[in-house]
Amino acid sequence: MAMPQTNALSEESPSTADIAVSARNVSKNYDNVEALKDLSLEFPRGQLTSLLGPSGCGKTTLLKIIAGLLEPSAGTVHVNGQAVTGPGPDRAFVFQDFALLPWASVIRNVAFGLELRGVATSEREAIAEKYINDVGLSGFEKSYPHELSGGMRQRVGLARALSVDADVLLMDEPFSAVDEQTRRKFQEDLLSLVANENKTFIFVTHSIEEAVYVSDQIAILLPRPSRVSDIIRPTGLREKDLTTIRRDPEYLDIVDEIWTSLKTYVE
Amino acid sequence: MMNRSLLLKLLSAFIVFGTWEIAGRIPVSYAFPTFIESMKALFDMTVDGRLFAAYGETLKPLVIGVIISAIVGIAVGLWSGLNEWFDWLFSPIFIVMQAAPLAALIPLLVMIYGIGLTSKIFVVCIMAMPVIVLNTAGAVRNTPSSLTEMGRSFQASNWEVILKIIIPAASPVIFSGLRLGVSAGFIGAILSELKITPTGVGDIITYSRSIADYASMYAAIFSIIVLAVLFLNVLEKIERFLFEGNNRGYASD
Repeated sequence: MAMPQTNALSEESPSTADIAVSARNVSKNYDNVEALKDLSLEFPRGQLTSLLGPSGCGKTTLLKIIAGLLEPSAGTVHVNGQAVTGPGPDRAFVFQDFALLPWASVIRNVAFGLELRGVATSEREAIAEKYINDVGLSGFEKSYPHELSGGMRQRVGLARALSVDADVLLMDEPFSAVDEQTRRKFQEDLLSLVANENKTFIFVTHSIEEAVYVSDQIAILLPRPSRVSDIIRPTGLREKDLTTIRRDPEYLDIVDEIWTSLKTYVE
Repeated sequence: MMNRSLLLKLLSAFIVFGTWEIAGRIPVSYAFPTFIESMKALFDMTVDGRLFAAYGETLKPLVIGVIISAIVGIAVGLWSGLNEWFDWLFSPIFIVMQAAPLAALIPLLVMIYGIGLTSKIFVVCIMAMPVIVLNTAGAVRNTPSSLTEMGRSFQASNWEVILKIIIPAASPVIFSGLRLGVSAGFIGAILSELKITPTGVGDIITYSRSIADYASMYAAIFSIIVLAVLFLNVLEKIERFLFEGNNRGYASD
């Protein structure tokens, strides 16, 4: 069942790296359904880890447990060495459906995380302004979400998560609801974000290509019950030129290999 | 654009009142006055102050009843939308209230609370409250879960989630419940004046009918409809003012 480890790809051992988030023996049951079973996984600091797997493999469940939005039935999650008991200032969440307040303008949406933390209006709007600018939405501060395209909405969601300046960014299939061209642009932007911000990214996706393109580490989850079947580190790709990665034989090999191992689980 | 919609509204009014006038002139019934006769009666009533005296009476149970229904209704609705146990406990009462034939309950109310203001307020509340409660509860339950999760992920307290996410998200449906509740309240107020003791506008209707002054009767009915429509428009303005972005559609549209 488990996929053979590809030696060439897993040179760096996780124990040597600084660990920002670790899940230890996490299980989650919904009534009688085992969503996660005894799952352990470590997320190195400053890197992007993808959770990849077929639908129903519990990757979103794991992300929400790390976020503190769901309680595990067993096991613990540690962020910066502290056990997670609920949502905290050290983590920020980017939602698949953006989760923007439709009655609030872009700037209020971006500042909403800070608003909930009791930051004064002028201060939080100054911070929000900076991140609106960073994600390329300046000029849209007074717009309402329904006036924006899907890609722009997710930029608002991203700016909101960045503005609270959390160590760990949790992204739940953030690009699945935007069109293909926007998605490619997002993936490139995400890579420069990982390089420039000293944050740990945990990224849920069902796209193999996307995972290989953006990740420092890919955790492959298999369903029923969910477990980590393999960890792949496409470290070789990270030094290569962004524009040619998609033609790179190493990239293609990893994509192919992951697909072969997942194929049997896709109905 | 603005002018065209105004023009269409005027045209629509003209068609309705014109039809009324024609039907009155045929006449379709001896008891059906023309539009012009009715308006003349309305004018007379306004001038001699009878209409104002009548509304002084009618508005008392109506306003008190609608305010009670709005406050209690939204509070109970919020609570039962948030708490399943509370919902199971209280929703059936309002569903029964909504389904019950009110006219049949009026003798019971009169027996308990007499023929005074209390009974009339009860009638207004029974009419107005259920739809407010049920709409509010439904809207709260249907708050997109990703919005509340978003709030929690940014460490919102339960109160902040309710005040900053759930209530604004539910407000369009809460307001549509309020609108329905207010118009039901108008029905209740008139019904109570026709069924309990003839006072206010109900008195004008009953009395004018008994002396065959049908023009005055229709004038009174017409005035209450106009008042209800005006009130609903005011409510819509308040909603626009409070929740600006809601009128601009939803992000998921």
